[in-house]
Amino acid sequence: MIDWLQKLGHVSLALFERLGRGGLFLMRVFSAIPSLAPRPRLVIIQLYSVGVLSMMLIVISGLNVGMVLGLQGYNTLVEFGAEESLGQVVALSLVRELGPVVAALLFAGRAGSALTAEIGLMKATEQLSGMEMMAVDPMKRVIVPRFIAAVISMPLLAAMFSAMGVLGGYFVGVGLLGVDSGAFWSQMQSKVDFYEDIMNGLVKSVVFGFVAAWIAVLVGYAAVATTEGVSRATTRTVVHTAFAVLGLDFILTALMFGSV
Amino acid sequence: MVELHDDTLMVKIRDLRFAHGARTIFDGVDIDIPRGKITAIMGPSGTGKTTLLKIIGGQLAPLTGSVLVEGEDIHHVSRDNLYRLRKRMSLLFQTGALFTDLSVFENVAFPLREHTRLPESMLRDLVLMKLQVVGLRGARDLMPAELSGGMARRVALARAIALDPAMIMYDEPFTGQDPITVGVIMQLIRMLNDTLGLTSIIVSHDVHELSRISDYMYMMAAGKIVGYGTPQELGHSGSEWIRQFMGGLPDGPVPFHYPAVDYEQDLLAGVSA
Repeated sequence: MIDWLQKLGHVSLALFERLGRGGLFLMRVFSAIPSLAPRPRLVIIQLYSVGVLSMMLIVISGLNVGMVLGLQGYNTLVEFGAEESLGQVVALSLVRELGPVVAALLFAGRAGSALTAEIGLMKATEQLSGMEMMAVDPMKRVIVPRFIAAVISMPLLAAMFSAMGVLGGYFVGVGLLGVDSGAFWSQMQSKVDFYEDIMNGLVKSVVFGFVAAWIAVLVGYAAVATTEGVSRATTRTVVHTAFAVLGLDFILTALMFGSV
Repeated sequence: MVELHDDTLMVKIRDLRFAHGARTIFDGVDIDIPRGKITAIMGPSGTGKTTLLKIIGGQLAPLTGSVLVEGEDIHHVSRDNLYRLRKRMSLLFQTGALFTDLSVFENVAFPLREHTRLPESMLRDLVLMKLQVVGLRGARDLMPAELSGGMARRVALARAIALDPAMIMYDEPFTGQDPITVGVIMQLIRMLNDTLGLTSIIVSHDVHELSRISDYMYMMAAGKIVGYGTPQELGHSGSEWIRQFMGGLPDGPVPFHYPAVDYEQDLLAGVSA
């Protein structure tokens, strides 16, 4: 019993210590942000590798998810003779849920893991240490530009995912299954609310982007500076981001749509 | 005790104690690094030579003791002052620690771009001058992955002198290099030290190279300084330990065997089990 209690105490202390470290790290990130104002180029380079290079994955995945949604939605709706509502079903599923969540999971796998591995390897090969010895703060030069780029990219990628998904649903529903094109768009237009649905979805994607970026740079920066340590850190980024996104999604959904 | 600033010393270390977890690395170390000279710090692998350089650079803090760099206690200055001091010194990492996403030219330009606002044409001239010193002006467009180990170290050296520091610290500069590269690096260290009026610290265990190039040598073992002097003085030292190290003898005060139970008993223990 005492052993068990001791173990519980140890685990919770370790957890709080990690949360504390993460919080302090975030404060250091925030305090370094103003120093980047005169050097937007550092962020732009990262926006390319974090955001632009993730686009292809997001576009193709969004299209596929939308096509599947169109097919599945049609099969259910047609039983009630309500296939005209397909546009609404596809758009709401994407904008409220699938867009932010799936985009965040893909983002963690494509960009988050790459960020962690890059920062971890820079640490393992003493590039961060070397930078410090050249009187350059790695926080400002390496961490913060990547963090900001990830925070900016994620909501844009999620929006792109949703837009592509709607198009995918349209191809399948209207193009292949014969749903009326006018009904598809007008149902969507009348039933999707800008504030209720789109803004809430956007809030989700901003929150997920923030969390994914934080986890990716923190885990990379804290990685053990060995081959094994970097590999473990990369895995940890993907797993922790997935848990955080799915957990937060439930909380956010309950807050946003709970009463509906 | 009031420490008076001695102008002939670049670095002054007093009663340095440091530990990695439970393992004591330095146990009361005093070192003086004179200005304008090449000082070597030698010792077997695992004596914390790299750690010492990181302590002098202010990346690691000692448990007790003081490290004065140009008369300032590097572990008790503000962050701004620490960075100001670091611009006056360079640390050449064993691996070179080049930025793998930047070309040779951009690697050398990095400290200049970060710390100065020079026009591009002047920056280009400066970078080419530094690369010319290490003989790699023609390699400016290569990426670090395309360089040999020796070339990577020379590029790192060019980057280290980009801001015209007062002191360079070399971490195992000869390890794993072929004889020609070792010769090139030795010549560069000596030449840079004398022509730029630098202070150099080399940590290494390559006795022969160090004896030829250094003005002063420190010997470290088990967290303490066990010998100090010019290479000639150490070569004629009466200490058995220094003789073993300088001569590369396999057994002596530093035993060949890792501590273990008696050999015979150990073998017999397997029989009875």
